[in-house]
Amino acid sequence: MATFPIFPQESRKTAQIRLTLNGEEMDVAFAPYKTLLEVLREDLGHTGTKHGCELGECGACAVLLDGKPVLSCLVLAVECDGRSVLTVEGLCEDGRLDPLQDAFADLGAAQCGYCTPGILVTAKALLDKNPHPSRDQIRESISGNLCRCTGYLQIFEAVEAAIMKIAEGKRP
Amino acid sequence: MKNEDNLRVIGASRRRVDARAKVTGQTRFADDIFLPRMAHCKLLRSPHPHARIRKIDTSRALAHPGVYLVLTGRDLPIQYGILPVSQDEQALCVDHARHVGDPIAAVIAREELTAFEALDLIDVEYEILTTISSPEEALATPAPRIHDYGDEGNIHKRVSLEFGDVEKSFGEADEIFEDLFFYQGSTHLPIEQHASVATKDPDGKLTIWSSTQTPHYLHRALAKVLEMPAAHIRVIATPNGGGFGGKSDPFNHEIVVAKAALALDRPVKICLTREEVFYCHRGRHPVLMKFKTGVKKDGTITGMHLQTLIDGGAYGSYGVASTFYTGALQTTTYHIPRYKFQGCRTFTNKPPCGPKRGHGTPQPRFGQEVQLDKIAEKLAIDPAELRLRIVESSNTVTANFLRLGTVNLAECIRRVVKISGWNEKFRKLPEGRGVGLACSAYLTGAGLPIYWNKMPHSGVQLKLDRGGGITLFCGATEIGQGSDDVLAAIVAEVLGVTTFDIRVYTGDTDLGPVDLGSYSSRVTLMAGNAAIQAAERAKAMLAEAVALRLEVPKERLCFAENRVFDSAAPEKSVSFQDAVCLAEAQFGTIGTVGSYTPPKSPALYKGGGVGPSPTYSYSAAVIEVEVNSATGWVTVPKVWIAHDIGRALNPVLARGQVEGGVYMGLGEALMEEQEFRRLPKKLSHALVHKFPSILEYKSPTSLDMPEIVTELVEEPDPCGPFGAKEVGQGPLLPIMPALANAVYDAVGVRIDEVPVTPEKIMKALAEKQAGRAPRYGPNHFPHVEWPEALRVPPPWEGGDGNAVNDVPKRARQTPEKEKVLSS
Repeated sequence: MATFPIFPQESRKTAQIRLTLNGEEMDVAFAPYKTLLEVLREDLGHTGTKHGCELGECGACAVLLDGKPVLSCLVLAVECDGRSVLTVEGLCEDGRLDPLQDAFADLGAAQCGYCTPGILVTAKALLDKNPHPSRDQIRESISGNLCRCTGYLQIFEAVEAAIMKIAEGKRP
Repeated sequence: MKNEDNLRVIGASRRRVDARAKVTGQTRFADDIFLPRMAHCKLLRSPHPHARIRKIDTSRALAHPGVYLVLTGRDLPIQYGILPVSQDEQALCVDHARHVGDPIAAVIAREELTAFEALDLIDVEYEILTTISSPEEALATPAPRIHDYGDEGNIHKRVSLEFGDVEKSFGEADEIFEDLFFYQGSTHLPIEQHASVATKDPDGKLTIWSSTQTPHYLHRALAKVLEMPAAHIRVIATPNGGGFGGKSDPFNHEIVVAKAALALDRPVKICLTREEVFYCHRGRHPVLMKFKTGVKKDGTITGMHLQTLIDGGAYGSYGVASTFYTGALQTTTYHIPRYKFQGCRTFTNKPPCGPKRGHGTPQPRFGQEVQLDKIAEKLAIDPAELRLRIVESSNTVTANFLRLGTVNLAECIRRVVKISGWNEKFRKLPEGRGVGLACSAYLTGAGLPIYWNKMPHSGVQLKLDRGGGITLFCGATEIGQGSDDVLAAIVAEVLGVTTFDIRVYTGDTDLGPVDLGSYSSRVTLMAGNAAIQAAERAKAMLAEAVALRLEVPKERLCFAENRVFDSAAPEKSVSFQDAVCLAEAQFGTIGTVGSYTPPKSPALYKGGGVGPSPTYSYSAAVIEVEVNSATGWVTVPKVWIAHDIGRALNPVLARGQVEGGVYMGLGEALMEEQEFRRLPKKLSHALVHKFPSILEYKSPTSLDMPEIVTELVEEPDPCGPFGAKEVGQGPLLPIMPALANAVYDAVGVRIDEVPVTPEKIMKALAEKQAGRAPRYGPNHFPHVEWPEALRVPPPWEGGDGNAVNDVPKRARQTPEKEKVLSS
């Protein structure tokens, strides 16, 4: 079995950063070896972002760091000082679901729901950059997010439905 | 259909009741539970595939700062297992490690990292034993035994059943086909890693939250191993982040955290790493198969003899049931008048195999459907036409005494033939492109429970309150398949409210009546029927009270739109809330229950407990492929599938189950493999998992998914709630054989093995070029000493469901011995 470096107890929780989480500035202290995923879940109580492998293989832990999708299990939290993080908890605005969330809920894009937070924020990053992606661009953008339940098709359809809804909402 | 039957909720595509929680990240999975003073648990796992544990010294680990407790096998010696006949697991190995990853000791510490660190401080002395790496080795190596129970040596279970004289049936055949197939093992790969949190409640009882598909069976295992009354244990199955069968066993880590929480009087959590999930496994059994089938010139089957050799891995798990399942459902799709099945499961030093979506049946279905493709070619009959000639009909009892409900396989075949353009494509596409067709059937719930009892398989309790609220309690477990939504939809339909008006509490042994678990595609039918009964009972009370108030006959009342109407004079009505108040005033507190027990099976012979179901679903699929003959690479542009579902309760979810099944089937067909390799001799020569990581265990991504056209064939089945049959497992089953058949149509080579990889295609193409048989697959079935077959004459030969060379069931006195094995 793997050998892990031994940290003396007293050295833990010594790192501190200030970051903007879902639009809200906050300070957090944590053990310096922790990943952004661990700090979000364990030190900031944001459990919407999920563990799936801790090795950057499954995409369940995707969040947006300064607007770009990253795998939070591969990002050290100490690297996030002064930066902005968006998680699934930050997708709702004024108590209303994001069009992506509505479409995922209505069209069967979330079955067990475990990969859903990562896919939602990845899709949001895509739409922020490109409001009218093709099906192939949608495929490509979420190809690092594994889903074992849906077979992906209802996810593609939900993203496409959200695109339509966002476009309609923008019309004068 | 919806309008005909005047249904408002059932049959409409709706947002599922738990969707909002899922898209906002608020669904609380087991790993999302953080409790005050919570300690963390890590398991030390065996680095050896097979070893005696000579000595364990935990003193250095215990002395490590931040460590609260170290447990070893001696702390939890009682054996358990999912099946009564295979109580062969211990939460921590006492003296025998049986596969790499078998847990040896547990450390519980203040922080997860501290627990990790302390694992390295546990000193274990092992004596290495001979590794058994395959069923062939298991047959040839009776000692050392991996377990000291089982049929013989390292053979776990051998079964032999004969329904009619199969040798005689071969004599009546015009052609006899003998084929060998191999189906590689694969794993569930749920994205959620197994997690559990246990705590000693303030009153001293135990509560455990766990990602389990079977809280009731975990409840029983905990009571047994911890030697506590079940009444003092509460199991809460948190919503599973994917199950697929992989969370259906009671697991060592669940028992360990429960024990630790009781010992420490504080919450204890464990979340497995991805590597550890591969060691939990319980996935698809690798199966070697030999099919001998006799047919008439017109395609009629005269008889079939199937032999299966099964790699069980290190523990029993569901394996005895899996063994029977490799032979149980062959007769459900096509008429087979005489049938013989022999199956043998061996122990090997690998993570235990168990139930994965389709449990034991995808392997023989692959062999049967590929062989049928070969038969069709030889007889010069179109494969779809051949199948249409021999499909089994509704309400039949098969040769092995399975009572079928509605059978709409023919309609499924006709639909996929039509929508795929089969007649324009089969044997007509250019070289390198091809289509393949295959069919399947699956149970809608196992007809028998895992442990022998006469109680219901599912129960639902309803509470109606003065505010018009409805609360539903049921032991059913939401694993992503939508069982909470099924329950809410059924009650909403009966009581004329919306699903949003219902609160659903499921998977909690304290709150809800028992449901046996989310396995064998049983929940929609069984919990669904229990929900109908509970809702109808509540409706009857409300109707009686409202009839009195409105002064109309209760038979005339109609429940809809959150009101209760006089159907003859709709202006006469009360609100649903008022109806509850009227009923409460008349009868007292309104609470009702419903329960469901499947019908008795006509299969009375030993082993007949595996296979019966209230009714079966049917699927037919056509897959189109493009095969690059220079690289062997297979691309799947499109899949057409028709599924006989009885009725789709929520079509958007039903379609999701079909597409998810097709996806997982394509993974098994093309790439997924639970493979092992030996480390070099100069290292330990241990048999290790080839790739216990998601990166190396290849599964399809969004880039690999073809277009899928899904047709739901809806003829309500009288057994199902509103006519519904299963959809969670069946649609996976025709995918693997349809793909292999399509590869043959494309490039003329038979890959009689799953997965169908480029390497195998290249080898078969080389054989073809060399003028040899254009095939890749097994060539040898090892000798197995089969026991004397139980001879059960089929119904049309005067059989009554008993074996003629065994005591009839009624005379077999010991229910212990009969503990029926199903999943």
